Parts: sequence; C-alpha cells; structure tokens
Amino acid sequence: MRWIWIDSFVEFTPKGSASAVKNVTRSEDHLHDHFPGFPVMPAALIVEGMAQTAGILVGEARGFRENVILAKIRKASFDDFAVPGDQLRYDAKIETIDDQAAVTTGVVSKNGKPMGKVNLIFSHVNQASKPPELPDHNFVFTDQFMDLLATFRSKDMSGSPSDE
Amino acid sequence: MATSRDEVFGKVQEVLTDALGVDDDEVSPESTLQGDLGAESIDFLDIVFRLEKAFEIKIPKGELFPDEILNNPEYVDGDKMTPTGLEKLKQAMPHADFSKFEQQPDVAKMPDLFTVDTIVNYVENKLQVA
Repeated sequence: MRWIWIDSFVEFTPKGSASAVKNVTRSEDHLHDHFPGFPVMPAALIVEGMAQTAGILVGEARGFRENVILAKIRKASFDDFAVPGDQLRYDAKIETIDDQAAVTTGVVSKNGKPMGKVNLIFSHVNQASKPPELPDHNFVFTDQFMDLLATFRSKDMSGSPSDE
Repeated sequence: MATSRDEVFGKVQEVLTDALGVDDDEVSPESTLQGDLGAESIDFLDIVFRLEKAFEIKIPKGELFPDEILNNPEYVDGDKMTPTGLEKLKQAMPHADFSKFEQQPDVAKMPDLFTVDTIVNYVENKLQVA
C-alpha cells in the first residue's frame, strides 16, 4: 500500500502556498468499511492529505534538509463529507517557519466549494535533534513524495517550485 | 499606549484556550501549564507561536521556556536541581515565581514554574522593553 493521499499538485509557490487535489474513488479499500453501503472519505485521511500538501510545502521551503514531522493538529473542522466521485482540494499556506517548526493553515474544498479547515504544526527533525531510534536518512521525503513534486515541476505551469 | 496587565492576561488566556483546548474559566493566573492545563511539549512551541502573533513580539528560542537549562543533566543531582542550576534558571527566568520551588528544588516540580502568570510576566516585560 502506498501512503500518499494527494494525487497531484496544481499550484506551488515556494515558501508560500501549495494546492493539491485528491480524487476520491470507489476502488479505495477502506471506503468499503467506512461505511458499508455508505462510503465516506474518513476525516482523518483528509487531515493526512492536508498534512502531505503542507508538509511538502514546508520541506521544500528549507530544501528538504530535515524531516518534517506532523507534530500537532491545531484545528480540523469539516462541515461536509466527501464520497467517491468527489474531488478534494487542499490549499495550504505557511504562516510561520523557523529552525524548530512551521505553522500552516489550510482550507479543504470539495468540488470547488470550501468544506473545512485544517491548521497544523510541523516539527523540523534534523540529524542533531533526532531521537536515536529514528533512522539516519530522510524518512519523510521518500522517493514517492519527491516523485509527486517532480511530476508537478515537469508541468509547464507558472509558480512552479525552484530547482534549488 | 501601554497594555494593562488585565489586557495581557486576557490575550494570554485566549492563546491558552486556543492552544490547549481548555475553557476560559480553567485559565487562572496560578494555573500550571502542564499540571492544570494539560500542556504537552509541542504545545509549548504552539504557545510561543501564538503569543508572537497575538502580541506582535519575537520570542527567541529558550527565552520564555529555557529548555536547555531545564534539560541539562549537569544541573541535576539525584532528584534535586543543583544550586548552580537553580541560579542559572532564576537568571534565565526572571518572569517566574521561584518562592516555592527554591525551598525544595525537586526536578519533578520544575513544570510548576510554568504558570499562566509566568507567561503574563514575560509578555509584560517584553512589551515594556519594546
């Protein structure tokens, strides 16, 4: 199983904002259990989609030097739900970023209409600050995530990330 | 115009209710952040970010919560803080009330130094300097 909850980036302004989309499909196994006969995208996975959008934005802002760990969900509120056939869009913005951490704010939209807010805090974990039980390599920005960004970079779109 | 202590407290109270998901009436001047309000380590960072925004101030790492002193094993002897450690901590935290802690500087009691008043004092000093 691949733990990627965004399909592609549609906008990316380095150090500022990023937008990604996720198409909810009936082929996703978990939807058959959540809930039987009434498939709904779990809210926790919507938070994960925003965390991946915002996390890559935060990682890119510092050249992917550190592991960017989701440390706190400041806010997650939804006033609608998504079902197979819907497209979710995650618009994430960096509010604060420094050596230790980053704060992001985000709006989740369904088929173009806002349906929720997800504000997050990420912690920067580098070699010096990482607990010994964590691996030495960058275990957050794996090839899968970097490929996702590379796909976006290869599109001829304005505001694409710089090739730092 | 100078911000009154009540105004500072009001904003700090709002920061803490938002950051920790507690009710207004739980946040009194003497409430301890960890013991009474349930703050965990990442919450301290969240509180710092929110205070910076609410008061338009910059809080350098380790100034409000001097974790490098708090986590330094050199300043600990058994379950007590050493006199040197205590002195360092007092210098680093003029905004905290040490009257109880210094009588019996148990390491386990260190989190009790971080009360709502500690934050209010810190912000007040910061606003006066600015």
